[in-house]
Amino acid sequence: MIDFLHRILILCRKELLAILKDPSSRIVLIMPVFIQSFLFGYAATYDLNNAPYAVLDQSRSAVSTELIAKLESSGVFHRVANLSSEHEIAEAIDSGEALLVLQFGPSFEEDLYAGKAADLQLILDARNSNSAGSAAAYINAIVASFNQDWLRDHGGGEPAISIEARAWYNPNLETRWFFMPSMIASLAFLQTLMLTALSVAREREQGTFDQLLVTPMSPTEIMIGKAVPPIMIGLVQSTIVMLVTMHWFHVPMAGSFVTLYLGLIFFMISSVGVGLAISALSANMQQAMLYAFMLIMPLMLLSGLATPVRNMPMPIQILTYANPLRFAIDLIQRVYLEGVSILTVWHDLVPLFVIAALTLPWAAWLFRHRLV
Amino acid sequence: MREVSVGLPQRDQSQHSFRAFVRRLFALTRKEVRQLLRDKSNLSIGLLLPVILMLIFGYGLSLDVKNAPIAVVMDDSSPTAMEAIVGLRLSPFLSPVMLSSMQEAEAMMLAREVDGIVRVPSNYSRELAAGHASIQVIVHGAEASRASIILNYVTATLAQQGSRSADRRGGISEGGLGYINLELRLWFNESNTSTWYLVPGLIVLIITLAGAFLTALVMAREWERGTFEALFVSPVKPVEILLAKIIPYFCVGIIGLTMCLVTARFLFGVPMEGSLPILLFASVLYLLVALGIGLLISSVTKNQFMASQVSLLVSLLPVFMLSGFMFDLRNVPMAINIIGHLFPATHFMSLIKTLMLAGNVWPQIILECSILMAYAVLFIGLARVVTRKRLD
Repeated sequence: MIDFLHRILILCRKELLAILKDPSSRIVLIMPVFIQSFLFGYAATYDLNNAPYAVLDQSRSAVSTELIAKLESSGVFHRVANLSSEHEIAEAIDSGEALLVLQFGPSFEEDLYAGKAADLQLILDARNSNSAGSAAAYINAIVASFNQDWLRDHGGGEPAISIEARAWYNPNLETRWFFMPSMIASLAFLQTLMLTALSVAREREQGTFDQLLVTPMSPTEIMIGKAVPPIMIGLVQSTIVMLVTMHWFHVPMAGSFVTLYLGLIFFMISSVGVGLAISALSANMQQAMLYAFMLIMPLMLLSGLATPVRNMPMPIQILTYANPLRFAIDLIQRVYLEGVSILTVWHDLVPLFVIAALTLPWAAWLFRHRLV
Repeated sequence: MREVSVGLPQRDQSQHSFRAFVRRLFALTRKEVRQLLRDKSNLSIGLLLPVILMLIFGYGLSLDVKNAPIAVVMDDSSPTAMEAIVGLRLSPFLSPVMLSSMQEAEAMMLAREVDGIVRVPSNYSRELAAGHASIQVIVHGAEASRASIILNYVTATLAQQGSRSADRRGGISEGGLGYINLELRLWFNESNTSTWYLVPGLIVLIITLAGAFLTALVMAREWERGTFEALFVSPVKPVEILLAKIIPYFCVGIIGLTMCLVTARFLFGVPMEGSLPILLFASVLYLLVALGIGLLISSVTKNQFMASQVSLLVSLLPVFMLSGFMFDLRNVPMAINIIGHLFPATHFMSLIKTLMLAGNVWPQIILECSILMAYAVLFIGLARVVTRKRLD
């Protein structure tokens, strides 16, 4: 048993040295994680912010001015142009100058006072359907609240219903709050998987893997020795992203670190398992890298990082059960934002455990049984 | 006299050297093509991954809010209260689930079976008669953008319903009150599906893959295996080596582009409002930029692991995160917007979206194409400078 541990320790040390000896690879493992967590923390936003809009006000009335003031005071929109005729709309939208144009018809105010429906046209640039959708929903809400006030002030008699809106776990509804915790898992996933995929393939290419096989170490020991260093590096990377999320972006951590790290360790083991299996299957570094990459792209896209898993069609949702990142993101979000305990998220650990239990022994078996 | 005697052999020589150039280039290109075709992993990334990505993007990803499940808790079941929430049922964006208790709703929210809760309190109709009723709306904030869209829809629907019933009641006595009717028109994407805006972005991603990621590995591999030194002693020139590396991957990129365009048009019905030749021209320019970046990374790092990491960091992740592919650059802080615009992908992204969804916007076409051209010259030029037949 002591021999076993000793051999694993030595192999781990050798692996860590091989990875960290080169100053440029030390930099490439730490710096990008820092830079990316800052950049993406700011860039990853689906929230409207200073959305540019233009107004074509043909009614030139007090009511239209009042509605525009309401829009401005929301802080979400800012006016970039006042248009004077209908054919200017196309130009404002085509050039990307305005995300939306509000058009008040000439009879806007008369209609309103005459007790008719006063039409307000909202023209949106839907090249980015997400921004367009958010803007439409915003303006919809602003118009609805305007209508309420209008009815109240003009003898609607009946008092308005007030709506108390609250958002759980993310009171200001910032995308960053949802995105940064997901990055804790995904940024580390990217490099850990690449690193592991290369570990065996590099030794195969350089011929040193055969030497390793003739040492007294068993394939299991080699497997553990190859798996532990990337897990450690992945945990360090996750910690960096987590610290940036907590202390730079001030996203409050609601749950316990023990639960979070337990989840992260399970996640790292399963992604290292996937990486080692790829590595053991590949003949050289190039193959390992490309196959790892072919997996990383779909796994990241279908993890719930970019778009919610629930929006995906059923067959694809079933496929995501083989995706360690999906469960890691779910677990981290719940622990980080909702502060749930392990009792609520244990079901996320099961698939991670299954993936690790399948890929790691398979990789160890492949060490000896795949002759290149 | 002198001019003639010198001129003739010179022309002869230049003709000869041109023929030799073509011969060497052809030989090298043939070698690269064979190397590319021999390793299945290369081809699978160049041709199979685009197909997988297209299917994922076309069918798998959706940012749209449609039929979002909402729990409705009616602590007051009077007709007045029922009237307040009737609008939720009619909304195409929401699908309400009627529940009897708040505990049940909270449990469903925790399990993420519903996106939000609408709660009508037990004293609703009494309060309404007294003049200050309220309805509680709670959304699950973890997916912020979805939550805010849902929140806005729920609020607007409830408020509209409130106004309408108030109007009806007021209307009996006072002869109707006006209200604003919002007419929504979505340009360039009438159905407002995210597929239309994701698929053009995917073309950028696939060209980057073939150009920057695959090429970054080829030169680094030759350095790592020492075969580059073997090329030193041959008569080939650095330009020829670079061209021979560019040509096969250029073809892979063009095949990927064609597949993307065909699927975008015929499988997903993404329109092609602008002109196809301009789109192809811009794509070729961007492909050259990507190839330049790949070769530059490759020649600088001289190591496959570093090359793959660097190309991942400077070419692919920016396409995802900073180019306006997923996240609208109009919403990010100024500094990030500027950083985003340093990447050539951002320019190609906005151009290709405009060309496919909006049409030919000439000022933009000219501006973005010149920027891409400048980047292509810059990166390929730099790759040429860095590639020398010399050991460091």
